[in-house]
Amino acid sequence: MPARVIQSNPTPFKKVDLDLITLDIIENAMRNARTEMDAVLFRTAMSPGIREQHDAFPMIANADGKMVVGQFGSFFHGFQQGYDGDIEEGDIFLTNDPYFCNGAISHLNDWLTMMPIYIDGRIVAWAAMFGHMTDIGGKVPGSLPTDAAQIFEEGIQIPPTKIYRNGELNEEILELILRNCRLPDWNRSDFNAIVAALRLAERRVVEMADRFGVDVLHNAMQEMLDRNKRAMQEILQMVIPEAPQYFEDFIDDDGLGMGPYKIACTMWREGKRVIFDFEGTDPQSISSVNFLLNEEMFKMFLGSFFINIFDPQILFNDGFYDLVDVRIPRGTILKPIRPAALSSRTHMLARIFDIMSGLLGQGSPDALCAAGFSDSPHFMYSGYDKEGEWYQLYQIGFGGVPGRPAGDGPDGHSLWPSFTNVPNEFLEAYFPLRIVRYETIADSGGPGLHRGGNGLSMGYQFLEPGEISIHDDRWLTHPWGVNGGQPGRRSNKLMIRRDGTQEWMESKCDRIKVEAGDTLYFNTWGGGGWGDPLKRDAERVALDTKRGLVTMDGAKRYGVVLNEDLSVDERATTGLRDRMATNRGEVKLFDTGGTMEDLKARCMADTHLEPPKQPIFQKWMQVRQPMKQAAE
Amino acid sequence: MTSSENDLTSWFDSKLDDLQKQIDKLGKGDAAGAAEPDATAVQTTSAPAVRTSTRPGRGTPTSEVGRNGSAVADDVHEARNAASALAAHRRPAPTATPRRRLDLGGGYQLGVDVGGTFTDLLLIEEATGQTFTAKVPSTPDDSSRGVLNGIERICAIAGIEPSAIGSVMHGTTVATNTVLTGSGARVGLVTTKGYKQTLQIARSYVPGGLGGWVIFNKTDPLAPLELTLEADERMGARGEIVDPLNEETLRRDLRKLQGEGIEAMTVSLLNAYTNGATEQRVRRVIEEMLPGIPVSISSEVVPEMYEYERTETTVVNSYIRPVVSKYIENLKSELDRRMNGVQLHILRSDGGLASAEAAKATPVNLLMSGPAGGVSGAIWMAKQAGFDQLLTFDMGGTSTDVALIQDGVAQTRRETRVADVTVRASSVDVRTVGAGGGSIAYVPELTRALRVGPQSAGAEPGPAAYGKGGGEPTVTDANVVLGYLPANARLGGDMKLDVEAAEAAVSRIAKAMDLPVKATAEGIINIVNENMFGALRLVSVEKGFDPRDFALIGFGGAGPLHANALGKLMNSWPVIIPPGPGVLCAYGDATTRVRDEASRTFVRRFDETSDAEVADELEGLMRQAAEALNAEGVPRNEQTTLYQIDLRYHGQGMQLTVDITPEEFAQGGLREVSRRFDAMHEQLFTFRLDAMHESYNLRALVQGRESSAKAHQLDHGTGDPSGAAYEQTGVYVDGREHTAKIFDRLSLKAGDRITGPAVVTEMDSTTMILNDHIGKVDEVGNILITPASH
Repeated sequence: MPARVIQSNPTPFKKVDLDLITLDIIENAMRNARTEMDAVLFRTAMSPGIREQHDAFPMIANADGKMVVGQFGSFFHGFQQGYDGDIEEGDIFLTNDPYFCNGAISHLNDWLTMMPIYIDGRIVAWAAMFGHMTDIGGKVPGSLPTDAAQIFEEGIQIPPTKIYRNGELNEEILELILRNCRLPDWNRSDFNAIVAALRLAERRVVEMADRFGVDVLHNAMQEMLDRNKRAMQEILQMVIPEAPQYFEDFIDDDGLGMGPYKIACTMWREGKRVIFDFEGTDPQSISSVNFLLNEEMFKMFLGSFFINIFDPQILFNDGFYDLVDVRIPRGTILKPIRPAALSSRTHMLARIFDIMSGLLGQGSPDALCAAGFSDSPHFMYSGYDKEGEWYQLYQIGFGGVPGRPAGDGPDGHSLWPSFTNVPNEFLEAYFPLRIVRYETIADSGGPGLHRGGNGLSMGYQFLEPGEISIHDDRWLTHPWGVNGGQPGRRSNKLMIRRDGTQEWMESKCDRIKVEAGDTLYFNTWGGGGWGDPLKRDAERVALDTKRGLVTMDGAKRYGVVLNEDLSVDERATTGLRDRMATNRGEVKLFDTGGTMEDLKARCMADTHLEPPKQPIFQKWMQVRQPMKQAAE
Repeated sequence: MTSSENDLTSWFDSKLDDLQKQIDKLGKGDAAGAAEPDATAVQTTSAPAVRTSTRPGRGTPTSEVGRNGSAVADDVHEARNAASALAAHRRPAPTATPRRRLDLGGGYQLGVDVGGTFTDLLLIEEATGQTFTAKVPSTPDDSSRGVLNGIERICAIAGIEPSAIGSVMHGTTVATNTVLTGSGARVGLVTTKGYKQTLQIARSYVPGGLGGWVIFNKTDPLAPLELTLEADERMGARGEIVDPLNEETLRRDLRKLQGEGIEAMTVSLLNAYTNGATEQRVRRVIEEMLPGIPVSISSEVVPEMYEYERTETTVVNSYIRPVVSKYIENLKSELDRRMNGVQLHILRSDGGLASAEAAKATPVNLLMSGPAGGVSGAIWMAKQAGFDQLLTFDMGGTSTDVALIQDGVAQTRRETRVADVTVRASSVDVRTVGAGGGSIAYVPELTRALRVGPQSAGAEPGPAAYGKGGGEPTVTDANVVLGYLPANARLGGDMKLDVEAAEAAVSRIAKAMDLPVKATAEGIINIVNENMFGALRLVSVEKGFDPRDFALIGFGGAGPLHANALGKLMNSWPVIIPPGPGVLCAYGDATTRVRDEASRTFVRRFDETSDAEVADELEGLMRQAAEALNAEGVPRNEQTTLYQIDLRYHGQGMQLTVDITPEEFAQGGLREVSRRFDAMHEQLFTFRLDAMHESYNLRALVQGRESSAKAHQLDHGTGDPSGAAYEQTGVYVDGREHTAKIFDRLSLKAGDRITGPAVVTEMDSTTMILNDHIGKVDEVGNILITPASH
């Protein structure tokens, strides 16, 4: 049964005429309020994941729960469908249960809080914020066990719960939750910080209502949604063809030696409506790499991609949702059935961006981006130090942003908004670690007219015995290049033990024992190249070489021959470029670096790892629902 | 003089021009000419003598930096205690011998502000506090000539010899402009092995929202990677040397940089904030291998944790160092020709003063020197009017700077931002928004929303109204269309505002929005005001301050046009419009109190330390700062001390700064510090935690006495300003046409009451008083605007 909203004031909002200027002013004020929510959170949170890396996202929605400002779209639809209870003034809801809100958040580490904002007995708006908790219990430190078979192994599950009722904190429930976490102090202060951000949003909304009148505010939020819808409608008409386009990509393995898992998507337009159909996607995994994809979140990804290409000034919101229809078959890796494990969904989640690039770019190759750093690889390190104190690090890695129409991909950067790295001096001061290398990997960015960004090599030297976890991907499949651009180099992880022995580590593994003096080189992947590398300015290639971002050999992949002093050998370059242009044959739209069969056949030689085996899909997982899940 | 004075954009740009030309001319030693014929000068009458304050001054041998915390000796290998080792940081250390105090009777100090069109000067006789002002045309080809012209002029007015001036205090934008125009030095960088790409990777941050990576293009680092090399060495996080420096490989690599045209070198090694010994060794090797090249090392410029920020800050220091050094040397030598032995002081970003030598060594501390001068001047002028709770609103051509002043003191913060360069250097906590007179209004096709800025028309082509070929509608054009900037106002300019061009530009977007031209123009003004309102909220409401407790002081080229409207939005009264921007900055420069501070990083949970230990540390810091001031001629009995403790809840990443006097600390100790922190935390973030407190930095601030300067007093009038009105005009406010009078500011008398709507013009700015508001002229020439109903 859906939630019941209790409002003492039944008066509907009045329809009022808005002048454009007022609308723009309210839009600005909303934007500022959102920025402010972030600022409060980052300053007062304690876990490095939130305070340094900014793995948390705010939102303000209108009375109906549609996101007016934010990043990941609205959670309210899913929440209101799943919550069987009353929504009242003074409530703040907490949940981390993806299955309870149709994947609005997608693993248990993300704590989502939601607060209705009441004015005179009516809900005027909603504020929400979710943040990634470093630990929520479960079988491994960091609560992201790749080999979990069920969600019960991944930590405490919190169905939508009134953590505040009538403005009062329910301390017993909070204590019960914290009792289940390895770093309760961090969770507590991060939770406090999140609630402070919600309260701030509430104050701002109330101030806006005071200033402009509650009806004006209500209508303005609606108009902001409508405005966004009109803009998106034009973009969709312009960019998405009626004829179906198909694209597929993969995550390489599930941490249990099986893979790859395919994501398939077909896109077409019927009049004003655009359809994305994930028919053909592989069934859910028996490990935790499943990603419960919320249809609305997919729309948000889509919209943000377009907005950035066409008009980044547009205030981004949910207004255009009716124009898009997303169909995800149940039981697939994008719509797993409870109690499938979900914690390591990060690879699949980010890979969605590559899928979008591949789909949308076919219609307009000039707007096509190469495959990028579509992941947030995790590194975790924990144990007891010499004083017997527990330490636990959870860190997100960065890599090569792809070559894009706009230019070269930045080296060692983030694909996600607002993320930043953890300074190495911070790591060394607070964890038993020495970071012996922190640089990007020459030649790892795919060659192209616009070079893909380089992946990052981070050398962790351990100063205390402990356990580590590694969660990464794209070790088997390449980040593909486009429009003649070549693929980026894949990721790998090399452990040099104290005695000098080398071990190539699996891309996804947990509870690996390390000793003081061991060093792990965590090497992420480069972005794919964009456009013809033979057309890249040879001087630019020479400069990249002088900077150590490309090697002399690497320059030859651009057809550029360099002299000893790294100046361009003009004659040799012209000759090499001519030969390469003649020999390469037709330039493909996508360059994936070979077929899956080739990649598997060369796997051991290329990566020092066994190729993954074909996944075993359990029988019940293969049952497809005849009816497609869609937002119809 | 031109009407473009009203727009900081052009002011700014011509200032850049100045600078470039001046740099081109360096060393030519052009002698000063006579004062220009149209120069204006005002002699002030003044209150009776008060006793003098001594002159500030600072000697700064940088070699002493770090003597209290970071190791100086080469071979310090001992590990340090984790918590206490984090480096001590002294600002420029004192010279060995105290400077001779100036003769109380004959001492004069001079504040100088060099603008694009005018150079403004303010002379203070220290014994009496009597002030003199002068305004002369700037000399863009070599601004020291204009400065010397002004000095001639002001000395003639005061009836003194230039040699009677003991010190010159100067706020400058030369450091900022070097960054903005990308005209800095070719910088080489030495990092620790494995960290060559610290600037290339930065913080891995991609701006924009979800999908922002699609359009983000990163700019190249200011120290190019091809000029970056790695030293084979390693320092641990506790200041212990893990691997000593391999000098041989360093020499080999430095040899490759010879002949590369390097103009400045930077050393930033990992964990150098805990121990600067290796950086100092590297510097010595560089000085040997690349003689004559200035070397900045991170453990001296900013000994703080976080390798990217520390490296970037030190590199920016290197980047601007040659240009700033040349500028200061040139000015100093020109001043010396006329006034042998005069001390030159440069206003720092944090509102303190740096000696010429200190300014040359760490110019990264000057990036906000210009705005800091404005804020200091605003504080001083507002104080004359009896206000010390202030919101400052400095609106120029491309951007607007706002700050909150509590009890007459500007807040400072450990971060300075210029364009996309962010450094760790203390500056007056000024927030900048990309909204100014030159901001362009446009209507994107997709959303048909009205947007203003952050793109700016700059000085060239500038707003359409300037008739220099600009066609884009700007905020200035909207002001012209609405009549707030009168076309035929006596702006003293040789350039007329082109009203038709302004109307044509605004009407293009009026069409796109299907609105009348004037309504559109008012929309542009409302939107840009809203953007600036956001910045003012950031420093007030968002920090838990109620704007109704503050007066709003509007300055800068365009500030006085918008200040009344911002006062309405903020509900901050009165709105204070001080005399023109140039004069204001000169006041700020000349009245700045000499100040020194000493700080050290001291990371301790409160249960690991004691009141006595912290008091000891603070007293040590206080002694250092006090000696420095003493050495500069400020005796102990004129000094006041304030302690600052940066702290947080153990585990948090940020710190809040708690101010406490030595007496209060002696009484309340850490318990009192915790109490104040909890209260601030709650005010800022709505909650407090039952968690352990942890100190991060300790700091002692010592300052000299306040300036004795007295503001220029206006003659009293009858209260009726009509004598100053010289024209009638039409203005469009709140959707309606009104008739308004235009007043000449210099003709206004103390006590005059101007009823809005009205326009007040002066040489370098124009003030708009809205309808239903009244502007009162106070004793020192401020216009105080309040709602008529007040």
